[in-house]
Amino acid sequence: MFDNYFYFLKKLISVLTFNAGYNAKVVVLGATVLGLTAGVVGTFLVLRKRALVSDALAHSTLPGVAVAFLLLSYFGFDAKNTFFLLSGAAVSALFGSFCVSFISSKTRLAEDAAIGAVLSVFFGFGVVLLSIIQGLNIGSEGGIHNFIYGHTASLRAIDVKMIFLLGLFSIIAAALFIKEFSLVCFDPDFAKTDGWPVSLIDYYLMALVVLVTVLGLQTVGLLLVISLLIIPATIGRFWSNSLSKMTVVSALAGALSCYIGASVSSILPNYPAGAVIVLTSGFFFIFSLLFSPVKGVFASMFRRVSLGFRILLDHTLRDFYEEWEFSKTSTAIADFSLSKNKLKISFFQKFSLYFFRYVKKEKDKIYLTEKGVLKAQEAVRNHRIWEEYIAKFGSVDISHVDFSADLAEHVLSPQIVKELEGAIESSTKEIKESLHTLEKN
Amino acid sequence: MKKFLKESKSIRELPEHSEDSPLSIHSMTISYNYKPVLWDVEYEAPQGSLIAIIGPNGAGKTTLIKGALGLIPRASGEVSFWGKSYNEIRDLVGYVPQRESVDWTFPISALEVVQMGRYSKIGWIKRVSKKHRDIAYSYLETVGMEKFANRQISQLSGGQQQRVFIARALAQEAQLYFMDEPFAGVDAATETAIVEMLKKLRDEGKTVICVHHDLSSVEEYFDSVVLLNTRIISYGSTKSTLTQENLRKTYGGRLTILDQVSSAIEKATS
Repeated sequence: MFDNYFYFLKKLISVLTFNAGYNAKVVVLGATVLGLTAGVVGTFLVLRKRALVSDALAHSTLPGVAVAFLLLSYFGFDAKNTFFLLSGAAVSALFGSFCVSFISSKTRLAEDAAIGAVLSVFFGFGVVLLSIIQGLNIGSEGGIHNFIYGHTASLRAIDVKMIFLLGLFSIIAAALFIKEFSLVCFDPDFAKTDGWPVSLIDYYLMALVVLVTVLGLQTVGLLLVISLLIIPATIGRFWSNSLSKMTVVSALAGALSCYIGASVSSILPNYPAGAVIVLTSGFFFIFSLLFSPVKGVFASMFRRVSLGFRILLDHTLRDFYEEWEFSKTSTAIADFSLSKNKLKISFFQKFSLYFFRYVKKEKDKIYLTEKGVLKAQEAVRNHRIWEEYIAKFGSVDISHVDFSADLAEHVLSPQIVKELEGAIESSTKEIKESLHTLEKN
Repeated sequence: MKKFLKESKSIRELPEHSEDSPLSIHSMTISYNYKPVLWDVEYEAPQGSLIAIIGPNGAGKTTLIKGALGLIPRASGEVSFWGKSYNEIRDLVGYVPQRESVDWTFPISALEVVQMGRYSKIGWIKRVSKKHRDIAYSYLETVGMEKFANRQISQLSGGQQQRVFIARALAQEAQLYFMDEPFAGVDAATETAIVEMLKKLRDEGKTVICVHHDLSSVEEYFDSVVLLNTRIISYGSTKSTLTQENLRKTYGGRLTILDQVSSAIEKATS
């Protein structure tokens, strides 16, 4: 049992380090370059919001492949001439995307409906052609089904060479026009008024997408090739705020997914490479979704929880301060104490007050520490300064100012506090009396 | 049929386009999906003034600008700029689209947006040189946004985003500016700053045409107005045009028959 796992691991490492023989090396290398290319081109595709068009485009490759196959065998050529088959795929992909833009511009159908119609009709036609090919009993039709789900094992050295050359070509072709792409993706109307041929640039981008799609047919198959274009780009978006960084992250994510996916599937030939590659990139996607520092689920959860925590603490300290104010005692706030059971707060709040050393306990009485006094004063002041501002300029009745202040007081930056002070002509550090009557706790 | 239309067009005498006017529009009609939304626009913009296009929602204010710039096809009509076609004088026109028209989560910094105003001067493929970056930065300074140069645009407030958009148009160094609601959703300080900038452009002899929403500030900000409600109601200097009578015509509901004919055309042609 463990021997099995060990054997598997050993084999995986040998594939990953390109030591598992010529075939595995060729396949993994080809897939990696494909991922790199798809990552770069996909970045612009996603930013141009054309992701779904590329799905229609991928699906419409099938009839092209089938027709090319029929032509080859009819004229007695080698029916596995990949270059010719892929050229057929490219032509019908271009025709498919032309149909989408024609339908959505000349009729009142929305683009998504046009995409759905074109995608399914082309794919259906392709499947029918495949059945016809099977019925012809030409013999070598086995290879053509691989274009649907992808089959890395069928990659030959010459195919990988093609992926290499055309892949690097598309990366350079995309990188050269990064300025034009960013302009058209961000603000096509502005680009048009500034004299840029927006549709030409769009066609150019779509041509690169067709190239990547066609190159990916053998590896991941037409059903899943769209994920190679989209998932790495979305991963890139999670980890970067600039276009160049996004492109690099996307390219790396694509390359890594393909590298790992192709390696795994070369050991487990029962699992199609395309699916394994997509699952790998899916894993990276979920990882990014959860852990990305700014846009990730955990980051925003943390932000929300820590804000909630700050709100609780601020409110407790403010209560303490207002209790002192209410008592009208002549003792300084630092010497003012509450009996232990007066502060009606949860155990958690109490714990955090002690944890941050905002309060201290002496003989069953609770005192604010020096730090606690400052914090409480700040909380009260932010609250009242906001109340006064909103009552004065927001025409909110004094009996209602408390509610928005409870929300606003926690997010006031020193900069905003300064502006509020200016607006209500309050001197720095002064704490005014509350506008509304305080209720005794 | 198409050929016939073309020929009949060439037989028709082309209007005299004034070379003094930065923008003259002659009998422009614009349709969306075969439905006319703007009828027979005749307009000549005075050189060197601040011009507001005002009218109720759905009056076709944005459409007027987009039609003039060729962003949406014109069903009919001619537009010329200083007597020339748009392609000949493109470098002289700057454009500020509606702020909501772009995706502000786009991974790009404020400075990079302003640099876009320099792209046509930089040309194809070439990177943005230091010279152009410096120029873009100086326009960020003009709008008081230099502190935010490297900030990603989604982290800017609405007013700041609008300033960046205006800086980009300034970076185009144009003679004629089209701005689609430059004051929409901005804070009071930004509004004042933008008005000052527009006045400065005007004082330099440039022409600025703004889609504007706030009737109460028209007189204070603009020299000249275009009153629009699916057709031009009136245009001219703010004082003489902004009369009770004209405003009533502009805002007092659309011509019902015009709407009916629009729908009829839509049905017949689509």
